[in-house]
Amino acid sequence: MTYVFNFDVIWANAGNLVGGLALGLALALVAVLIGAVIGLIVAFAAVDGSPAWRRLAGGYVTFVRNTPLLVIVLVAYFALPELGIRMEKLESFVVSLALYAGAYLTEVFRASLIGVPVGLTDAGLSIGLTRFQVARLIRLPIMLRNALPALGSTFISLFKDTSLAAAISIPELTFQARRINVDSFRVVEAWMAASVLYVSTSLVIAAGLRRLERVFPRF
Amino acid sequence: MERFLAELWNVRWQLAEGFVATVEVSAAAIVVGSVIGLFVGIGLAFGNRPVRWPLRAYVDVIRGTPVLVLILAAFYILAAFGVQFTATGSGIFALSLFCGAHLGEIFRGALQAIPLTQIEAGRSMGLRMSQILLLVLLPQALRQVLPVWINTAVEIVKASTLLSIIGVGELLLKTQEVIGRTFLTLDFYVFAGLIYFLINLLIERIGRRAERRFALT
Repeated sequence: MTYVFNFDVIWANAGNLVGGLALGLALALVAVLIGAVIGLIVAFAAVDGSPAWRRLAGGYVTFVRNTPLLVIVLVAYFALPELGIRMEKLESFVVSLALYAGAYLTEVFRASLIGVPVGLTDAGLSIGLTRFQVARLIRLPIMLRNALPALGSTFISLFKDTSLAAAISIPELTFQARRINVDSFRVVEAWMAASVLYVSTSLVIAAGLRRLERVFPRF
Repeated sequence: MERFLAELWNVRWQLAEGFVATVEVSAAAIVVGSVIGLFVGIGLAFGNRPVRWPLRAYVDVIRGTPVLVLILAAFYILAAFGVQFTATGSGIFALSLFCGAHLGEIFRGALQAIPLTQIEAGRSMGLRMSQILLLVLLPQALRQVLPVWINTAVEIVKASTLLSIIGVGELLLKTQEVIGRTFLTLDFYVFAGLIYFLINLLIERIGRRAERRFALT
């Protein structure tokens, strides 16, 4: 059977699609920023902390990484109000994604933190820096640089995960594509447009990150 | 809590049905995806340009597209083209494509990490390329891939929740049905989350055991 392509409805909705894309990017950006703060704290707790802290950090990471994001999103939006925690759609999605991101970023930061040579820590201590200064001035910058590639791929996958926001009717790109699909039955065009936008945005982010990695030479 | 336990007892078969569907769908996608991934990986690593180019496009497009978009696209597009798939069928189709693209890239990396001298050594012993692949390269690549393969399996189980959106009666959709009737939103969502957590923990445990079993000592 033949399918006649007609992209008119895509052009007519181009504004919505690009707006949805921008919303997805914004959600991913806010989530990755909050997630990075969580990840930093938990990673330092996991590497430097007492066994109790370590176990707590490990528990958080294991639990979140083995639970589906959609379940976390639905719990945050539909179930937390039962406990008196009421959040707007956007807010609750960002919180869910940030918690999810935090677990993955903990793993990323923890691995890079372990990779910082012990000699540097010893050198810092021997010139009279406090433990906190060593962590802030020596280990943190080197760790961040080494984490950059993995940080970038985590961001790209978070950006793709923002498609789940459609499940709670946040009008991001997937939601818009589905609306076009249902309204106009231009099935192939709608999903092609969404896919092209997602893939090209991911490629642009990846290229930007590669450039960033060149600007900051690896330690 | 008592009410939750009572309701849980009432809906035990409904949730069990969902659980079985989740396991079936995930297992099917992982198996089909692994087969796709294996062939794609071999094609990417050793194929000539006309083979590599379309495979590269497949892998990059699928990996750059969110799973939810793949699932919705498969669901609506297959129907529009008159392919008589159930929601479950198109869900497995989408998840398999997703799994295959990820594993294809991973297999490619593992195959290319094996020194070329081993292929040359195999040739000089008079092995055919298929024999080299089967006897020399794949055993090593599979061992190397195992940890990432386990991760991918966990990702597939998590991604199977997205099938609830197209109406596949897996664990999450069954949970939502139960919630719609009992209004015990928090309890049942947390319960479902726990089940997923346990499934994935089990996969990880089995994976770690397999890694130890096949480790080079």
